[in-house]
Amino acid sequence: MTPILAATAAVDTGDTAWMLAATALVLLMTPALGLFYAGLVRAKNTLNTFMMCVAAIAVATVMWALVGYSLAFDEGNGLVGGLGHTLLNGVGFEPRDGTTIPHLLFFAFQATFCIITTALVSGAVVERMRFGPFLVFAGLWSVLVYAVLAHWAFGGGWLQANGTLDFAGGVPVEMGSGFSALAAALVVGARKDHGRQALLPHNAVYVLVGAGLLWFGWFGFNGGSGFSTGNPSVLAFTNTLLTPACTLLVWFLLDLARGRQVTAIGAATAIIVGCVGITPAGGYVSPGWAMVLGALVALPSYAVIVWRARTRVDETLDVLAAHGIAGLTGILFIGFFAQQSWNGVSDGLVFGDAGQLGWQALAAVAAPAYAFAATYVLLRAIEALMPLRGTDHDEAVGMDIVHHGEQAYASGEGAILITPEAGVDEKLPVASPA
Amino acid sequence: MKLVIGIVRPDKVNDVLEALYRAEVRGFSFTRVQGHGGELERVETYRGTTVKMGLSEKARFEVAVSEEFVQPTIDALCEGGQTGEVGDGKIFVVALERAVRIRTGETDDGAVTPVGP
Repeated sequence: MTPILAATAAVDTGDTAWMLAATALVLLMTPALGLFYAGLVRAKNTLNTFMMCVAAIAVATVMWALVGYSLAFDEGNGLVGGLGHTLLNGVGFEPRDGTTIPHLLFFAFQATFCIITTALVSGAVVERMRFGPFLVFAGLWSVLVYAVLAHWAFGGGWLQANGTLDFAGGVPVEMGSGFSALAAALVVGARKDHGRQALLPHNAVYVLVGAGLLWFGWFGFNGGSGFSTGNPSVLAFTNTLLTPACTLLVWFLLDLARGRQVTAIGAATAIIVGCVGITPAGGYVSPGWAMVLGALVALPSYAVIVWRARTRVDETLDVLAAHGIAGLTGILFIGFFAQQSWNGVSDGLVFGDAGQLGWQALAAVAAPAYAFAATYVLLRAIEALMPLRGTDHDEAVGMDIVHHGEQAYASGEGAILITPEAGVDEKLPVASPA
Repeated sequence: MKLVIGIVRPDKVNDVLEALYRAEVRGFSFTRVQGHGGELERVETYRGTTVKMGLSEKARFEVAVSEEFVQPTIDALCEGGQTGEVGDGKIFVVALERAVRIRTGETDDGAVTPVGP
């Protein structure tokens, strides 16, 4: 994110046109994530997994308009914003401070970030968490965790005010979702078959298509985080191409070294890890260093994925590794390799400013700590009011049938149409074929 | 010599495999089937079309065994397949007239007894 400029410019049509498109691109990332996640779970949980992402669009958007945006972006104290923009109060066509785009568009663009981040956390609890409690969790999380972290990094909060650089969301989006996911996995607990049976992805093509669409949307995510068509946006946009490509190549090598084969689901994961790595650093590092970041970010994320699978922690879809750890790597990378000749803002350690690394390191400690603790407490509180998960029987049947009364791959065989003329009362379960 | 047919829940397949392994029943075949066993039917809705699912997904094990293995096989299917809820499935035992191992031409008990390593 660019620092807040002193003078407020007028609305610029070119910038506004790009940001309209970028907002739509980022919204696409959430259904793309739904597809990515759905492919990674078992067939009987396909719809529920996808629906958690769809639910995030519903719940997070409403909460963002009600209060989340205000707590993130209204002037407040260092920890949390004010309530001045509650219910979109004062959010209109005038340019948002420090940008040349309408405030209303700025709100919508930031809303799509809140949505995707809320959806990301679901990856930790799929295949077992009940849908109702998830809706409650998603709504509260989008305000209590996302909006607060967004204020710290983007909305004039203490990290941004002290000079922590985070271009497109290493703090609120990536570390926020990743470390919250770990907390959520610990509170909700492992799937009943975790560690006893092989729980395999049911459709690797969904995973690849989802990753591809996420990458496509990420050009709006990073490329839009300069809020203009200026140099930082162009740099971040191009880096969004370069970094994941390097991550892919290194992931291939790691796969080869470990299992003698390059895996497709590994490749899809690498695309995400690369995109996440460049998210905080996009507008701050040169294209060359962005490529180095791409190669580097693969290593810790790969290691955490391999390590996590050997533990009893059922952080099911590795949100911690792909988002938390890769985002943390990107945030720290800025501290070393930010380059004022490219970003016009600040140098990192390698280019002469050791102080920048200090603020990056502080963000890399504070954001994970808050995300983990706040999510842990929030889920424990919800658990006190309602059970977070269903019975073992529900889990065996699958979330699709239990929570949605639908199947992803319904054959239609054996389905008897219920009509009033047929005289079959759907309220009365029948014990023999009608 | 009997053919033991066990129809179980698809999500209990791994438990059944484990139980059969522990009972040292090594040879069987497995198919996915759909059927109805008198359990309560499920109602699903697709865009306003409400349907009653008259068929449930089940997994079918066919195990051809010599007499001494009939009871262990039944026990393993029950142990692995049981949840206590309606819909756990059925076991059918039928007499087997002949069995031939294609590789060697062995017949009957010789054909259904797994060869050692």
